[in-house]
Amino acid sequence: MKRGNILKLVITVILVAAAVFFSIQPLTNPTKGIPLGLDLRGGVHLVLQAEPGKDGAPVTDDDMAKAKAIIEQRVNGLGVAEPIIQVDNLRKRIIVELAGVTDPDKAVNTLKTTAKLTFRDAQGNILLDGSQLKDAKAGVDNSAGKADYVVQLTFTTQGADQFAKITTENVGKKIGIFLDENMIQNPTVSTPIVNGQGQITGYSSLDEAAQYAVMLRSGALPVSLSIAEKRQVGALLGVDSLKKSLNASMYAVIFIFLFMLVLYRLPGIVANFALVVFGLIVLWALYAIGTVLTLPGIAGFVLTLGMAVDLNIIIYERIKEEIKLGKSLRAAVDAGFSRAFIAVFDSNITTLFAGAALFLLGSSSIKGFALTLIIGIIASLFTGVTFTRWIMRWIVGVNPRLSKSLFGVKGVK
Amino acid sequence: MAGKNYNNTTGKTDTEKTVKTNPEVITPAAGDQSYEQVKQEQRFYFNIVKRRYIWFVISLLIIIPGIVSLFTQGLNLGIDFTGGVMLDIKFNQTVTQAQVTKAIESIGLTGQVQMTGNNEVLIRTTFMDEQKRSELLAAIQKDAASFDPSNLKEDSVGPAIGAELRSGAIKAMVLAAALILLYVSIRFRFVYAFSGIVALLHDILVTVGIFSIFQWQIDSSFIAAILTVFGYSINDTVVIYDRIRENEKRMKKKDSFEDMVDKSVWQTMGRSVKTVGTVIIALLCIFFLGGESTKVFALAMTIGVFSGAYSSIFTASQLVVEIKKRMAGPSKKSSPAEAN
Repeated sequence: MKRGNILKLVITVILVAAAVFFSIQPLTNPTKGIPLGLDLRGGVHLVLQAEPGKDGAPVTDDDMAKAKAIIEQRVNGLGVAEPIIQVDNLRKRIIVELAGVTDPDKAVNTLKTTAKLTFRDAQGNILLDGSQLKDAKAGVDNSAGKADYVVQLTFTTQGADQFAKITTENVGKKIGIFLDENMIQNPTVSTPIVNGQGQITGYSSLDEAAQYAVMLRSGALPVSLSIAEKRQVGALLGVDSLKKSLNASMYAVIFIFLFMLVLYRLPGIVANFALVVFGLIVLWALYAIGTVLTLPGIAGFVLTLGMAVDLNIIIYERIKEEIKLGKSLRAAVDAGFSRAFIAVFDSNITTLFAGAALFLLGSSSIKGFALTLIIGIIASLFTGVTFTRWIMRWIVGVNPRLSKSLFGVKGVK
Repeated sequence: MAGKNYNNTTGKTDTEKTVKTNPEVITPAAGDQSYEQVKQEQRFYFNIVKRRYIWFVISLLIIIPGIVSLFTQGLNLGIDFTGGVMLDIKFNQTVTQAQVTKAIESIGLTGQVQMTGNNEVLIRTTFMDEQKRSELLAAIQKDAASFDPSNLKEDSVGPAIGAELRSGAIKAMVLAAALILLYVSIRFRFVYAFSGIVALLHDILVTVGIFSIFQWQIDSSFIAAILTVFGYSINDTVVIYDRIRENEKRMKKKDSFEDMVDKSVWQTMGRSVKTVGTVIIALLCIFFLGGESTKVFALAMTIGVFSGAYSSIFTASQLVVEIKKRMAGPSKKSSPAEAN
């Protein structure tokens, strides 16, 4: 029994130490670790609002898909590692998040100009403006005896005449299709297209054809986008914020460690040990969910560090009382845990509700805080109650007649 | 003092016997401490319950000015709520507030300029388009001092987004409040639930009120702080309730409810103070070391957590006593309660 408990304790300490050691690299790796939000490494968060056309025509979901395609096209040109581009069809918005972009000003400029589709010859001369393209649809052409995936083009009446002229003059040559200055396709004219109805062939799948069709439709952008929200952080300031928040976390940990050690001695060490496990669980959970670590996220983490030891205090104070009343250590530890559990549970579940409400309804930056808060509370219930209980039982199992002053109890015989 | 015993060193009262016969049965041993013992043990003991009207008055002295302030001057809403532009610039060289103000005014804008550190300036102004923004930055570079674009932080919030944040915040508050109130009322008997909720509102009003009185500017993180206080405030209250619930079961006929609550509050005093301690440590670290953007959050939470500790001892538990006493009716009131 005694030896078994020592063994369990030693193994646990070694396991946790090893876990810490092997977690540092994968969690902090700049490319594969927990990704840092743009407030910690610089970048830009943009909310682009689609405005209805001048004729008051409402913005459709299709318009939004086109707009998104343009934005994607442009973001790809910026060379940002993991851009996030989302469409909010309800509010007619596009949300762009570019963490780690080196020149946010340039990125914003590139995104906000209106996309323009043009047809150009090999020398780069503009032959036809994209506004003459009425529609582009993906389709399947079976005329050649096999299924060809195509993009069908429909031009306006005026465009049809122009395109007829161009294609007649350029048979056998290439006419590139450009979105702004980026060439998206460079098809060769096989036959003149005279009736304003043409098709581009040679796609490997219907999906691929559809993707290009969207891009072509985008050229005639029916919506103008305005910046509804912009949060831009310079790289140096981001690094500065990261440093400051890590510093704050470090001092919080040190002070909490000391506080617990001074107040509770041996159980204090156990609580601090449990806090290390707590930190590991929270960080790995954040990593597994794929959350981006932001400034509010770190604040949430530091706060839950404080709250996690809260549980230990509720339990330890109870144990102290039980010891003072003359219970044996083992009985006191058991009583402390079981009696304090209800209080611990009741007091944390409400904070969990608050976190859930924030997560569901808060703005994007607040969601990061809410998530760490939620994960933190759940993890602290495990480390504060279950994990600490195991350790305390084992310690008491090793020597049930430990000096009670080790538990921070004064003046007990 | 008693002889050698493997299970227990002492046997202070008769209930201790249960422990001896079966250590697995958990007796609420702490409750066996008598009121007198608790009083003696506490260095700073004073009767909290008897002075409960004083505590109520202290709370009202903070809350009433806060409410008046909320109605007269409201909260100082930051650009997250109202829409606007906030620039945080770290300059390469020495810069004065006047220089920056002049630069802003030179292109026909008005704004607040605040020095936040060594050549670091926080500018708040109205929402503007990208072109005007470029003009503003150019004017600052020209008239004030130069800065590196990677030392610029910019928050630009359109009025529509600001309005959405406000309504989102209200929705989140209502949802959280509903969940928490529901839980507390299910978990505790009516008198306790009601008093706990009053204490909770107390903490929110204290925090929001103080922010209104001092007109500290709030940003979106303030909502996070208020909601967390909302959830956390019940934390210390539960710790005390738990003890009252336990001690109440053991009350004998002649015991007064007031004394029992006073005893419970003092028995849990150490816990109440220390649990708040660790959270405050964390918050102070964020406040002093975490940088400008988490300051509002840390400040609001610190006030809320302090208030939460106060209200659980001096509001929630005392309200329970007050309500119980009034419900019991005036006839019984004087006999056991005033006995001690």
